[in-house]
Amino acid sequence: MARAALRRRLSWQLAEVVSNEHESARTHRLTLDVPDWSGHLPGQHLDVRLTAPDGYTAQRSYSIASSSERPYVELVVERLPDGEVSPYLTDELRTGDQLELRGPIGGYFVWHRDIDNAPVQLIAGGSGVVPFLAMLQHHAASGSSVPMHLLYSARNVDDVIGGSQLRTANDAEVTITLSRTAPDDWQGPRGRVDRDLLAQHSVRPESMPRVYICGPTSFVEATAKLMVELGHDTAAIRTERFGGIGGAS
Amino acid sequence: MREDPIVSGFISRAFTGRRRERSDRLPPGQYDVGGGFPVLSAGPTPRTDLDAWDFTIQGEVDTAPRWSWSEFQALPREDVTVDIHCVTSWSKFDTSWQGVSVDTLLADVETAAEYVLAFCDGGYTTNLPLDAVTGGQAWVVDTYDGEPLHPEHGGPARLLVPHLYFWKSAKWVRGFKLLSHDQPGFWETFGYHNEGDPWREQRYAGD
Repeated sequence: MARAALRRRLSWQLAEVVSNEHESARTHRLTLDVPDWSGHLPGQHLDVRLTAPDGYTAQRSYSIASSSERPYVELVVERLPDGEVSPYLTDELRTGDQLELRGPIGGYFVWHRDIDNAPVQLIAGGSGVVPFLAMLQHHAASGSSVPMHLLYSARNVDDVIGGSQLRTANDAEVTITLSRTAPDDWQGPRGRVDRDLLAQHSVRPESMPRVYICGPTSFVEATAKLMVELGHDTAAIRTERFGGIGGAS
Repeated sequence: MREDPIVSGFISRAFTGRRRERSDRLPPGQYDVGGGFPVLSAGPTPRTDLDAWDFTIQGEVDTAPRWSWSEFQALPREDVTVDIHCVTSWSKFDTSWQGVSVDTLLADVETAAEYVLAFCDGGYTTNLPLDAVTGGQAWVVDTYDGEPLHPEHGGPARLLVPHLYFWKSAKWVRGFKLLSHDQPGFWETFGYHNEGDPWREQRYAGD
């Protein structure tokens, strides 16, 4: 079924904005009603296209933050100050507006309950947590018993995306490390994701987990390398990178 | 289904766009990334020891050529300055590379094959018609901007096929399998377009 969905022709369609709300200090959550949506797998993304009155268009890819069990398609968009598309989505778009999109796209950086029984280790830097919110939501909604662990590095408390979802995720183990500043009463780890933090807060290689790493290029490069050094099979590690210098806007 | 907005006349309310001058070097739906060079790949960056590196041509060939790193370095080299286009919608103008033309690699190969499956360290593959990589259209490059190609960008060597979306320019390439039939590669089996021509905006299957 998943494969059939992927091979379909992807047509542009119009979604209606249900809401556009602050998600974290630098991100907004767009909730979209997409009438012709075919469903998606957690981890997939979609393309958004903006069209100006003179026909000029700009398009970008965004990870989907919600699982298919949800009534709407949700995106979490980081506002890039120099961006052309993201400031429009975060600042301009409002309830009732239409937004052109097509998807779902990508079939590799996905997890769903039928994939296998291997434990899952998710590792996110910054807004790289977005596809993992969909995976966690699907994990809970589908009643999967596969152990799922998220290690998420955010700069500080205000930058945490999906905070309420992560606080109530009883079916998964969630570790948030604050890399820049942490409140005095912060219970979790502090500092960047390094070898010690990974050794302490991620599923051990002996458990043969599937590993998903998502975040800025430098974060993904460094973290994937460390996971290989810790003994994880390179073939078990899937990565998604974004925002190289000027890479996204 | 609602199709093309140019047909339906859909306009994004209050969107004007920032970049008003669209270069005719930009394929449809692309933007100029300027000085940046984003990195996208599906797994950890492989680290290949140059002593263990080789480039081979396999499949439907009478004799399968193989070059060690030093033999590859000794092949005739070309400087190439080209525009590149990523399916995620960035384009980068005037990237400069150095490497060996695929024509050079195939010069002594007798084959009836019509397709190439490029294979790589890390398990990545991508498929191309032989016609798309011959005739001065593709290179195996090991130098970017005068420096050895960084592993993140596909070093020690990557394929460069600038006339197609950049996922066809396989990083960490180790050889070609020549085939009489087309065999979809990695992204091509995950819903991306089989040919990937940016000027025809062939991003996904069916485009």
